[in-house]
Amino acid sequence: MPDRIDIAHLASLARLSLDDAAQERANHDLQEIIHMIDAMQAISTEGIEPMTNVMDSTQRLRMDQATETVERDTFQAIAPATAQGYYLVPRVVE
Amino acid sequence: MRPFTTCRALSQALDSKECTSVELTQTYLHRLETANPKLNAVITIDRAGAEAAAIAADEVRSKGHATPLTGVPIIHKDIFCTEGLLTTCASRMLHNFVSPYDATVVRHLKAAGTVCLGKANMDEFAMGSSNENSAYGSVGNPWSQAHVPGGSSGGSAAAVGAGLAPLATGTDTGGSIRQPAAFCGVTGLKPTYGRVSRYGMIAFASSLDQGGPLAHDAEDAALMLSYMAGFDERDSTSARREDEWLLQLRDQGLGPTAPGLTIGLAREFFTALEDSSHLDAVRKTLEGLGHTCIDISLPNAEAAIPAYYVIAGAEASTNLSRYDGVRYGHRCEDPISLEDLYERSRSEGFGEEVKRRILTGTYALSVGYFDAYYLKAQKIRRLISNDFHQAFQHVDVILTPTAPGPAFKTGALNQDTIAMYQQDKFTVPVSLAGLPALSMPCGFSGGLPLGAQLIGPAFREDLILSLARDYQVETDWHLQHPEPLL
Repeated sequence: MPDRIDIAHLASLARLSLDDAAQERANHDLQEIIHMIDAMQAISTEGIEPMTNVMDSTQRLRMDQATETVERDTFQAIAPATAQGYYLVPRVVE
Repeated sequence: MRPFTTCRALSQALDSKECTSVELTQTYLHRLETANPKLNAVITIDRAGAEAAAIAADEVRSKGHATPLTGVPIIHKDIFCTEGLLTTCASRMLHNFVSPYDATVVRHLKAAGTVCLGKANMDEFAMGSSNENSAYGSVGNPWSQAHVPGGSSGGSAAAVGAGLAPLATGTDTGGSIRQPAAFCGVTGLKPTYGRVSRYGMIAFASSLDQGGPLAHDAEDAALMLSYMAGFDERDSTSARREDEWLLQLRDQGLGPTAPGLTIGLAREFFTALEDSSHLDAVRKTLEGLGHTCIDISLPNAEAAIPAYYVIAGAEASTNLSRYDGVRYGHRCEDPISLEDLYERSRSEGFGEEVKRRILTGTYALSVGYFDAYYLKAQKIRRLISNDFHQAFQHVDVILTPTAPGPAFKTGALNQDTIAMYQQDKFTVPVSLAGLPALSMPCGFSGGLPLGAQLIGPAFREDLILSLARDYQVETDWHLQHPEPLL
C-alpha cells in the first residue's frame, strides 16, 4: 500500500473535484479503508476462480429486436437543459 | 384500527367491511403526518396519490377482485422509481428527479392494490448502516430517538417499527434490510439474489442489490414477497423460478415447518458477540420446536467485509458514473466546460460517504491495483460462497445474530468509517453468497430491540420464513412495540 494515495488523480478519474481540505480528509479515510481491505491478502486464493455472478449464470440473451419506444419528450422533461430535442452541454468544439 | 396491526388483519378488516381503505389510509396518513416531523422516516408523503389509490382499492374490493394486499397502505424506500412521484435516493443529486416510470417492484405492488403513502428516508444511494448519510437528515429509532434506526433502509424500518405503515419496501446490498429491521424491532427479508427484480431500483452494487419486504412479522413479509417477486425480462440477472409456495401462501399463509430441521450456529459469529444470551434463547426455542442445533464454521467470513467494500465500491463507482448533470438530476450553475459540468455537478450532488465509496472503488479498479483488490475480492467471494455451500450439506438453516449489538446512538460512529463498516459483518457474508436471509426480533438490550438472522439455501425463503413464523408463534418479541409517536 502506498504511503500517500494520489487523491487528485483518483478524483479526476471519478470526475469529482475536491478542495484541499476534502483531499486531506479523503486521503486519511482511504488510507484507513485500504488498510482494512488489505486484510484480504492474508487469505490464500490460489487456484480459486473469481466469482462474478453469485448464481454462476451467464448473461441472458434476447432477440435483437427493439423492445422499447423512444419517449424523448417524457425523458427530456426531467433534463436540466435541452433544446430542439437535444441535451445541452457547454460547447466542446470551438 | 390500532397501530401495529398486521397486513393480514387489515386485509381481513377490509374484507369484512369493518373499515374501508379510504378510512384506513386516512388513519395512516394522519399518523404519518403527526409522527414524521419527529422521526423523519419519510422524505415524501403522497397524500393525494394515497387517497386516489384507496378509492380505487375500495372499488376493486367491492367488485370482489381483491388480493390480500388490496387497500393496504405501504411505504416505498426512496430508491424505487415511482412514476410521477419524487425519487431522491436521499441524495442532493436527485433532489428534483421525478421518474418517468415505475420500478417493477412498485408496479407489482400497485397491481396487487397496495396504497403507497410515500417514500422512505434512507442512506444516500443506500450507502450506510445508520441512515445518517441522508441529504434529508437522519432518522430516529422508534424505540429511542437518540438512537439510529440502522441503514440503509432506516426510514422503511422506522416507519414499520413506529406503526406508520404495516409494510415497507427496502433494499439490501450488505445488510440494508436486515440490520435496520433488527434495530427497529421488525421482520425484514433479503431474498435470494435474482428473486426480486432490480428494474427501476436505483443501482448501488448490481451484483449484490436485492429488494425485499419489511413488516411486523414473518407471515406479512412472506405475503409481501409473494407479490414483489417474479422473473423480469428487464433485469438481466432476474431468476426464472416457478416456486409454487410463493403463490400458495397468498391464500394459505406460510404454514409451519416440518419438525426435525438441522440448524447451524455459525461459531465465528457468536464468539464475536459480547453477550449472546438472546441467541441462546432463540436456540432453545427452536430446539423446543423439535429442531436440532449444531455448531458450524464459516472460516472465511472474516474476509467478507474487506471483499465487500472492494466489490461494492467498484460497482458503485461504475454505476454512479451515470450522474453527469446532463440528462437528469442535479446540474451545477453556469458550467464553463464539459469537464467542469461533470465535476461540479457530481461534487455538489454527492454526499461525503458516496464520494468515499466512489474513490475506494476507483482505487480498486485502477491500473496496477485491479488484480490485488478487485480480482482478489472476487476470489474471496467464491471462498465465502463455498463455505455456505459446504455448511448447507449438513444443515437446513443457519442462525446468527443480525448485528453486533442493538442500535447505537446517533453520531456515535459516523466519524469512524471502519467501525461503521463493521456493523455489517454478520450480514455481508450472506450478501456476497447471494443467499436469502431474514432478521426477526429476538429480545431487547437496554430497551432497544435485538435481531436474529436466519439464513437459507438459495431460493429457500420458504424455509427461513416458516421457521421465523414458528418462532413468532412461540414468542412475543415481534408483538412488543414502542410508545406511539402521536
